[in-house]
Amino acid sequence: MANNKMIKLWIDNKEVEVPEGTTILSAAQKADIHIPTLCYHPDLEPSANCGVCVVEIEGQPVPKRSCCTPVWEGMKVTSNSVKLRHLRKTLVEMVLSNHDVVCPTCNQNNKCELQDLAYLLGVDDSRLPKILEKKPIDDAGFSIVRDPNKCISCGRCITVCQQVQTVNALTINGRGFDGTVTTPFDKGMSESPCVNCGQCVVYCPVGALREKSNTEEVWDALLDDDKYVVVQEAPAIRATLGEEFGMDPEKVTVGKMYAALRKLGFDRVFDTNFSADLTIMEEGTELITRLKEGGKLPLITSCSPGWIKFMETYFPGIAENVSTCKSPQQMFGALVKTYFAEKEDLDPAKIVSVSIMPCTAKKFEANRPEMKDSGYQDVDYVLTTREFVKMIKEAGIDFKNLPEEKADDLMGAYTGAGTIFGATGGVMEAAVRTAYYVLTGREMDNLNVEAVRGMKGVKEASLTIPTKDLGEVSLNVAVAHGLGNARKLMEKVVSGEKEYHFIEVMACPGGCVGGGGQPFGSSLADRARRGMSLYKEDSDLPLRCSHQNPAVNKAYESYLGEPNSEKAHKLLHTYYFQRSTANGQTQKEVTHKH
Amino acid sequence: MYEKFIKKYAPTKDNLIYILHEIQDNHPQQYVSEEAVQEVSEYLKVSPAHIYGVLTFYTMFSTKPRGKNIIRLCESPPCFLRGSEQILKKLKESLDVKIGETTKDGLFTLELCACLGVCGNAPVMMINEDVYGDLTEKKVEKIINDIKGRQE
Repeated sequence: MANNKMIKLWIDNKEVEVPEGTTILSAAQKADIHIPTLCYHPDLEPSANCGVCVVEIEGQPVPKRSCCTPVWEGMKVTSNSVKLRHLRKTLVEMVLSNHDVVCPTCNQNNKCELQDLAYLLGVDDSRLPKILEKKPIDDAGFSIVRDPNKCISCGRCITVCQQVQTVNALTINGRGFDGTVTTPFDKGMSESPCVNCGQCVVYCPVGALREKSNTEEVWDALLDDDKYVVVQEAPAIRATLGEEFGMDPEKVTVGKMYAALRKLGFDRVFDTNFSADLTIMEEGTELITRLKEGGKLPLITSCSPGWIKFMETYFPGIAENVSTCKSPQQMFGALVKTYFAEKEDLDPAKIVSVSIMPCTAKKFEANRPEMKDSGYQDVDYVLTTREFVKMIKEAGIDFKNLPEEKADDLMGAYTGAGTIFGATGGVMEAAVRTAYYVLTGREMDNLNVEAVRGMKGVKEASLTIPTKDLGEVSLNVAVAHGLGNARKLMEKVVSGEKEYHFIEVMACPGGCVGGGGQPFGSSLADRARRGMSLYKEDSDLPLRCSHQNPAVNKAYESYLGEPNSEKAHKLLHTYYFQRSTANGQTQKEVTHKH
Repeated sequence: MYEKFIKKYAPTKDNLIYILHEIQDNHPQQYVSEEAVQEVSEYLKVSPAHIYGVLTFYTMFSTKPRGKNIIRLCESPPCFLRGSEQILKKLKESLDVKIGETTKDGLFTLELCACLGVCGNAPVMMINEDVYGDLTEKKVEKIINDIKGRQE
């Protein structure tokens, strides 16, 4: 609402004043009055599908849904009554009668919003007959599994897929009671334009969407004496584990994370932050070369596999603008079975390369057929944050009280630049720090690039760099997170409305800390907090620029040569495809391997 | 392939349903195929997911090939009270199909629909554009046989 008109109303006899256009639910929250909800999520437009949030309004013949009813002057609302309690219970009973109630084995057990609500409302699960007709589970893809038998048709996944991410992989098939969530022509996620971002999974209130689990394969490898299991963890993991183990959610848990991995039995514990720094050396060099030699600009980052598949599907025309660099996960994977194997004299065939990611799209990325530059599949298994937490709990590890440990040498050291990769704007900031150093011969006076931090959908900045050989250069940059924002930004780039030198895109709102592999229900506020904890870790680290990373420099000196060398290109760079907007399948190569 | 039907209409989103009808009515199997959806999606700049949602929301549309003659039996209460259940049973038996299925010879598809607005003649069904009222099992058999005869 454009005007600032205030509306006065009463909820449970409590006077509340809110701006015109506010919903009853928001007004109640402001007044600290709890109204139960099921399909509602604070980050998303209300779909008003479930009806659990009903309230009585004086003078109105029937109860109304508070999530989508705006307040009016003098309104008198009752949030709880015998009638409302009966209505809510009946609604939840109806949902349960068509829901596959298998709580003990469900991956949402103890986190499920339906389970919680049914218990708190005192619902009788046996009052209504079971009418569930079992449908097949959609698990053909590498990343996401959809179980329609658990779906309660709340519509959150569709809202996030269509409105927030603009991927349009999910829709409603049919209507009324027969309406079901599905993909176009019911062909399954892997035959849809789905980019595997997993935002649907994060927002699903029940267990209808989950990652394709790889914990069994990883346990098998860990328990096999013949296998040498190496692990990397993305920056966002350390910013999330604390909240899952009852610790201060504002602090990163690096040392305990390493300790937990060793306890689980990983033979070598490295860190994706190392290859994040390596990515900056490769991508920064690519940017500087394009700036100096008049290459294709803007250069666009390539770390986010959800963004890459989105680009291949909806913007294949800009593939040449996208950095040829692999993501940090895949750079790491290619080096584990080459550089690491050579230095340690290990048979790469016996190495199992595992990564722990806040991401569901990383599972798809690891299984892309071209990701085999080491001669083997570069990354064998990807575990989400949720899977990792489950393994720690299964092993009975007292995470909170673990002594701090360090990562192993060779591919474990990192700088603050690597750690901020996990937050939106972090790759940009890390790249700017190193590009500035390479172009000017000295470090930036203030390493913090505040303009690209924070949760604004598209962030822009113009940075002045006094270069040695090009004079004063002004670098126009933009950062987008969430694919809806990325789409808007790319439309401006394609139309020529905006000109930039360098763009960072992350598929998920908030960046990797808001990834599809993160804890269920992660709100924008959770994502912002996790991002802040990564910036805090960065400011506390002695080394904050990728070019200062001793392990990265050693890798160049002893193995790769220099950034963008022939060997670096072979192992650390990739190429892209055009994909069908109907089913996401590759149609043709649009860039090529050097 | 569907261009000549699609381009009859301006590329604005409010034309979506008209375009889908045009495509379906001109298809010998009376449905809107995946390829058609893709073409409409590109023309109107609307996602295939959205179009699929629209197609499945309205029961008059089909995303699967259908028979030459589409039988729509009313399933609303007035027809039910006048014995539509028995008519449905008869139709299923004489055509050897379930609801939503097409006969092997491709002649008939059996569907259910909401009120056709002629409750005075309940039970009622529609075959393509024609309405048949005061249905009895005998009458149904004759209607089906007449149509079969006309096709030969």
